[in-house]
Amino acid sequence: MINSSNPLWRYPSLSVLMGLFFIFLYLPILVLIVLSFNQNQTATIWTNFSLDWYKVVLENPNIIRATQNSLIVASVSTIVSTTIATLAALGMAGKTFKGQAAFNGLIGLPLLVPEIVTAVASLLFFLAIGLELGLTTVILAHIIFCIPFAYLPIRARLEGLDPKLLEAASDLYAQPLQAFTRVTLPLLMPGIISGAMLAFITSMDDFVITFFVAGAGATTLPVYIFGMIRTGISPEVNAISTLLFAASLVIVLLSFFVGQKK
Amino acid sequence: MKHNLGRWAFIAPAGLLILVFMVLPMLLMGLMSWLEPGQFGGVKWGVYTPDSYIKFLFERDFGDNLVLNTDYLSIFSRSFQLAFVTTAITLLVAFPVSFYIALQPPKRRTWLMLLITIPFWTNLLVRTYAWILLLRNGGLIDSSLSGLGLLNSPLNIMYTPLAVQIGLVYAFLPFMVLPIYTSLEKLDWRLLEAAYDLYANRWQTLYRIVLPLSAPGIVAGCILVFVPALGTYFIPELLGGSKTLMIGNLIQQQFGTSRNWSFGAALSFALLAIVLVFMLIYALRFKGKGSLTSS
Repeated sequence: MINSSNPLWRYPSLSVLMGLFFIFLYLPILVLIVLSFNQNQTATIWTNFSLDWYKVVLENPNIIRATQNSLIVASVSTIVSTTIATLAALGMAGKTFKGQAAFNGLIGLPLLVPEIVTAVASLLFFLAIGLELGLTTVILAHIIFCIPFAYLPIRARLEGLDPKLLEAASDLYAQPLQAFTRVTLPLLMPGIISGAMLAFITSMDDFVITFFVAGAGATTLPVYIFGMIRTGISPEVNAISTLLFAASLVIVLLSFFVGQKK
Repeated sequence: MKHNLGRWAFIAPAGLLILVFMVLPMLLMGLMSWLEPGQFGGVKWGVYTPDSYIKFLFERDFGDNLVLNTDYLSIFSRSFQLAFVTTAITLLVAFPVSFYIALQPPKRRTWLMLLITIPFWTNLLVRTYAWILLLRNGGLIDSSLSGLGLLNSPLNIMYTPLAVQIGLVYAFLPFMVLPIYTSLEKLDWRLLEAAYDLYANRWQTLYRIVLPLSAPGIVAGCILVFVPALGTYFIPELLGGSKTLMIGNLIQQQFGTSRNWSFGAALSFALLAIVLVFMLIYALRFKGKGSLTSS
């Protein structure tokens, strides 16, 4: 452990940089939030506090439909990808085996390939196999890129597990299945929950891949917002963006506190 | 053996899904880049032609002769330039920031990292949109600078490469901090104390000890920033306008207004190949030090 009172570890200029860094990181978000409560039409000049634009957003049927689509897609792809990722993490645990490195590469592939390439390849593939573009294609594509996000925290948690606990369970005559449901699974739960949350956020946030494979009827919230931004900035976009930020914030904080609980 | 069979049953669903819905589509994309494009999108199956790759560098004039056309090449070089500068700037900022955080007491460290994670998980589209509010004429930066009398004419920063550059740095900064911080957090600080005991100054310690030991994190961060920055689509679309096209916009156009799927597939395949080369270099250089996904 380092002794932080030691002058060796003090870098006053770094704390200035740190301040600037956080201003840079949060200034755009703060401006967005403040302007979303602005009464005025012009979107960037402050006049009066009002919640009008939130009312407009919540009464816009297109936004409601897009939000529903986003929630359906994110829920289904989170459940499927987290289940599959949990299985994969369990299969990867323990002694190293032949093909493990290759599998590691395969499961990380959706993180490494640029989104636009995945988007193009998925679009061409779905059209080639004759699948009509819609919620199904969006969900399929989301399941794939959510797998690594769900997998990584589960795998990390599994690596941190004490193998002695499982030995203790079998010493106490637990069957392998019992040992799994009573020991491994409860200990793994924080990893599974934060994996699921990351998968959910990733799915909710995805724009590029969805934009390519959605077709007409399956507009998700980010795709709808993109359309709104392209037609010009408006206080309505500020309000919906702030709501989206708030939703991400809640999920990140939840995931953080679940992860803190050891 | 039997034990291994059980393992494969567990990892098979994930493996098969990614093989069928990611690897196979990319192979199909590669195949389609060698087919003749259909007139209104789509491709002509069975009609093979290298046209899409020729189109990248040449165009046909009225006499059907190939003449050099550097339009696409300049979009590629602009993308590389923007992605490279983004990587350099994020590295210059993220390294001292991560170093500072790693030196804090554990509790404070966790909170600072949470503060970095929050924007990281906030919708990138929304965060990019926020920059429009700041950068546009009459926006926050423009109006406060002219309010202070520092600016006489409009800022005119939107729809320039500079706006795209700011957007890229902002978008990918957390991607650089997270891996560098992870490698610095594991650093054995006694090594630094030993260096100071041996009369090394701060710069020497940084150069000889901290940098080499955090190299895997730095390289991972550079890849995590460079690759998505190179393939970005909506940041130049929203902040750059039609004058600052990047590879991603060019690819999207082929499936939108240009309707040349073969060319779009070829461009995507080229981008994929570039990324794979970077990955290969990384894998060979840091063999056995853990991959991007296992660190």
